[in-house]
Amino acid sequence: MSAPSGSSDLLGRFAVSPARRRKDSLARGSILAATLIALVPLVLIIYYLLLKGLGSWSSSFFTTDPTGNTFFKSSSIGGIKSAILGTVEIVALASVIAVPIGIGVAVWLVEYGRDSWFAHTVRFFVDVLTGVPSIVFGLFIYIVLIVGTGSTYAGYKGAFALTLLMLPVVIRSAEVVLLLVPGALRESALALGAPRWRVIFSIVLPTALPGMVTGVLLAIARAAGETAPLLFTAGATLKTSFGLGSFMNSLPVQIYSDVTSPTASVEHRAWGAALTLVVMILILNLIARVVARRSRLA
Amino acid sequence: MEAASIPSGGRGLLSRSPLARLPDRALKYGLTALSALILVLIVYFFVRLVGESSPAFSHAGLFGFTFNKDWNVNAERFGALPLVVGTLITSALALLIGVPVAVAGAIYATELCPLRLRAPLTILVELLAAVPSVVYGLWGIFFLAPKLRGAEQWVADRISFIPFIGGGLVTIPNYFITGLVLAIMILPIVSAISREVMATVPSDHKEAALGLGATRWEMIRMAVLPYCRSGIVGGAMLGLGRAIGETIAVTILIGDAPQLGSHLFGQGYSLAAVIANEFGEAQGLHRSALFAAGLVLFVLTLLVNGLARFFVVRAARGRSTTPTAGVGDGGVLVADAVSGA
Repeated sequence: MSAPSGSSDLLGRFAVSPARRRKDSLARGSILAATLIALVPLVLIIYYLLLKGLGSWSSSFFTTDPTGNTFFKSSSIGGIKSAILGTVEIVALASVIAVPIGIGVAVWLVEYGRDSWFAHTVRFFVDVLTGVPSIVFGLFIYIVLIVGTGSTYAGYKGAFALTLLMLPVVIRSAEVVLLLVPGALRESALALGAPRWRVIFSIVLPTALPGMVTGVLLAIARAAGETAPLLFTAGATLKTSFGLGSFMNSLPVQIYSDVTSPTASVEHRAWGAALTLVVMILILNLIARVVARRSRLA
Repeated sequence: MEAASIPSGGRGLLSRSPLARLPDRALKYGLTALSALILVLIVYFFVRLVGESSPAFSHAGLFGFTFNKDWNVNAERFGALPLVVGTLITSALALLIGVPVAVAGAIYATELCPLRLRAPLTILVELLAAVPSVVYGLWGIFFLAPKLRGAEQWVADRISFIPFIGGGLVTIPNYFITGLVLAIMILPIVSAISREVMATVPSDHKEAALGLGATRWEMIRMAVLPYCRSGIVGGAMLGLGRAIGETIAVTILIGDAPQLGSHLFGQGYSLAAVIANEFGEAQGLHRSALFAAGLVLFVLTLLVNGLARFFVVRAARGRSTTPTAGVGDGGVLVADAVSGA
């Protein structure tokens, strides 16, 4: 062995060669660049939404119904009252149906079905449902509730289409949370003599509640932004309707018909409605995050 | 001891009366019925969809419907090839643009970025998932497409020697802009799945690579990426499923021209867009053809998502060979990402 004549020589043998170092910084640089590129569209979308959307917001924007395609520049394009009301009603009905069913199925999967073949089949079908394009849900409901009954569009039919869309999200997120409830809690309750249904209602569900609320809110947020399932189920209309049995306007459909409208002036209404919709969805997302943080599970 | 007498009469004493057991049974069978209802409903919907689209299939034949390239409503000729091709071109573009960016973002968030930046970065990317499809369409057609038109024309002129991609007149709605917006839309899900998979790479592997003298990038290339390959592929497939099924943004951006597009920067059509655009006034055979387009779309997404699930589940099980990992397996991972999106 040669004497440790220079520790700097020895270190030099282990040092990263300039070529490798260049390659490393090049790769890291491009990864950083790609990450920044991913954020560009977000900034641009938010910027333009605020710029154009706030410009068309006014107090009357939320309290008047939209008017049709205005060919005369002087006439007002109206607001989005019917669209907001429609979105709120349709999504509310969809949630009222989808949440109990979804949580029920999740409870069955975790508490009863577990690893049985039937539970696996249900999980498989729920996964299938997750991947179905949203417009196909609209077609399903159209076939069953409009072709099948020979009637026409109605708000509640749109709500059913959104229910189908929400179900897999609610089931899967609730299942994940229910699985996190410690088995010892269930066993303690059972050992104290509580029947199964009391264990589920008094122990399992309350423990999992915050986590399930998060999943439900995210499902609602997703449903609120959907256009495709509503096009041929709830229809598009201008007037405010309170009853879910008639044609019903909604924010996404209003935006879609404004975007595809041949008149340019309604573009402002589309931006205003889009900002309203995004704000509603972001608020739901925000609440979901806060609830998730409060949750003791996960 | 008193306890000695329990075995004889005790069990009977402790057991519940049939009446008290009623709610238990009701809940169990009620929930089972509810779960069965979901299966029945999906199968019923599928059968009805096949039934409604059968006139179109018998009109042109299953093969003819899918591969004829003439979609002419007035002449009652319904060949879905332009639609299928439009769907495939735009989704392929979305993958091509979106996946590298999403994976790079995931690498940055899990391996390179300062710990303090990780959470805000993740939230920002996930914000993209909160923007509704119709808003992407609105932004794409009124902002992005007009702004990029000049650049697109410049590129198209420069590479006009490449068939299909170059040359031709750039229209505002076109395949490329559709693919670009789809790429933005699938970013959050691909990124989320990639991040989750990268988080499962054992730190032993990474430390071993660094200990042997690898640079950060070499560590990523040799320890992280090979371990995550199948998860990233799964995430990309899930994004592909999203892109194929995406309706409203595509309808707004693709131009709704029922022909095979002549070049990348020209107008076209997609399966989902044709339904959204024409269903309102469709009657008879036309309507049936649209149902058939929906069925083709449904089957296509089913295949892609099935493949995605296969890859993600394989990635979630990592190197373990046990085939039944129980309910906590990749399905949940997917559901996490989906519901988080």
